[in-house]
Amino acid sequence: MEHTGTQRERDVTFLKRQAKLVRIEILKMLTLAGSGHTGGSLSAADIVTALYFSKMRHRPDNPGWRERDRFILSKGHAAPLLYAVLAMSGYFDISILKTLRRLGSPLQGHPCSRVLPGVEISTGSLGQGLSVSNGMAIGMKMDNLNARVYCLLGDGEIQEGQVWEAAMTAAHYKLDNLCAIVDINGLQIDGPVSQVKTIEPVSSKWRAFGWNVIEINGHNMEEILDALDGAETIKGKPSVILAYTIKGKGVSFFEGKVEYHGVAPTQKELEKALKELEANE
Amino acid sequence: MSKVQSAAVKREAIATRDAYGEALLELGKKRQDIVVLDADLSGSTKTGKFAKAFPDRFYNIGIAEQDMICTAAGLALSGKLPFASTFAIFETGRAWEQIRQTICYSNLNVKLVATHGGVTVGEDGASHQATEDIALMRVLPNMTIIVPADAHETRQVINAIADYHGPVYVRLGRSKVPAVMPDDYEFKIGRAYTFHKGRDANIVAIGIMVSTALEASKILSQEGIDAGVINMSTVKPLDTETLLDVAKTCKLIVTAEEHSIIGGLGGAVSEFLSENHPTCLRRIGLKNVFGCSGTSEELLKLYGLTADDIVRTIKEALKQ
Repeated sequence: MEHTGTQRERDVTFLKRQAKLVRIEILKMLTLAGSGHTGGSLSAADIVTALYFSKMRHRPDNPGWRERDRFILSKGHAAPLLYAVLAMSGYFDISILKTLRRLGSPLQGHPCSRVLPGVEISTGSLGQGLSVSNGMAIGMKMDNLNARVYCLLGDGEIQEGQVWEAAMTAAHYKLDNLCAIVDINGLQIDGPVSQVKTIEPVSSKWRAFGWNVIEINGHNMEEILDALDGAETIKGKPSVILAYTIKGKGVSFFEGKVEYHGVAPTQKELEKALKELEANE
Repeated sequence: MSKVQSAAVKREAIATRDAYGEALLELGKKRQDIVVLDADLSGSTKTGKFAKAFPDRFYNIGIAEQDMICTAAGLALSGKLPFASTFAIFETGRAWEQIRQTICYSNLNVKLVATHGGVTVGEDGASHQATEDIALMRVLPNMTIIVPADAHETRQVINAIADYHGPVYVRLGRSKVPAVMPDDYEFKIGRAYTFHKGRDANIVAIGIMVSTALEASKILSQEGIDAGVINMSTVKPLDTETLLDVAKTCKLIVTAEEHSIIGGLGGAVSEFLSENHPTCLRRIGLKNVFGCSGTSEELLKLYGLTADDIVRTIKEALKQ
């Protein structure tokens, strides 16, 4: 669909606002839970907001709708981000976000498809989501469905060998209904990805595996939308969006800090963070 | 016993993997939702037959078992009925965590049908002989485990699991096995088949060891020992009703499997009986060792998996 300049501008303004609200929900639920992955949820917030509130065709009142676009959170530790967009889309009541990581909650520490509508597949063990996405994309092609599969990976995650097995499979079977997105925030638990084990040259790796590669600033809403639209026009091969992001994006004192990979904000930090987000219009 | 012998005479020995290849092909004709995946071993697992007939529903994922398992998961999520096959050790060992995290945790309708279980893989040696696969699958919630005894049972198993919703692991063999199941046998998930109930002992066996157990039972009967034989083809969920029934009416239970004595059929039977009806029990299987190269016959002898080994074990245990 062609967007007129003004329509696109309106979309971008709306999505920027939504992304801010998503970040607020993430921070609030993490603080209440007292544990969870802050940095990687915030780094991918703009991308996932663009998917759920603009790009993807989905029906929150009918999560099993056959023709829906699928989103696979391969970096399952960004569960708070997925929960925020699902709740805000209307898959479940937003008050459930308060139960994150509690006993009996459908909001497990990592997403569980058996207990939460809208979660396509349980993830948390890294490196498996792209293969699952391939299987879905193959199945959808067999059924001549026009829908697309989006798979979000972390940059540390692509150290998993299975990702490259899957990358080979997607190119071999020409899965052009698949779009992978790598959230390149540059940090993993033990430190900078470049120091733990470098993934560079990352774009030529994907290219060598037969993928169409798009590189963007993962916090620029115009670039995100252009990349998602651009990927859809590429036929005969899968696309990957390499989204360069900042871990902890949106809260200055979390940004680029490896310490906040798997730590929740304190009440004090939350208050400070919310003030900062509100001020940043 | 006479029923068994007549069945064996009528039908030739066929490897369960060959029966799988045929059954899958037949199933593919009937059901459009069947999709088959393999990891570069379709000639050996016999999925190649399906691949030839239905190239549009066959996906070779190459030598990438972890990717194959998760791709099968994605196909199941798209409403397909995927059968994913490779050798048992690679299917359950290489991709164990994928089976745990993506298939069993989400209770997906994926059928894992592996061939080359046990030491009768033969000359390829320990690297290719799965002797831990049943143990690896048994610990997974939602998993059903089936080890057919012959070609006749294999065909029925493949049809039965297609109609069952949920993850299933089927373990098949490379070598030919004698036909043991009667013509009128009807496989049902979770139901053991009792050839006959023994007063002295009962041998609970799976896979190729069912025919070995029948042979042992025959030898023992000539010596005045009544040893019954039960085909416990569904290892999980275990048919505890049948097991309890025979345990209550005999002195000894012997498990027989082409697998480690740890964690497989022997483990399952021991766990159940020790809690519910403590019974004198012996386990026939690999005793905490790896396999090695050799012919099937040589290896079965080396690891104590022959009828004579069962006979000796039963006689010694009954003496005590």
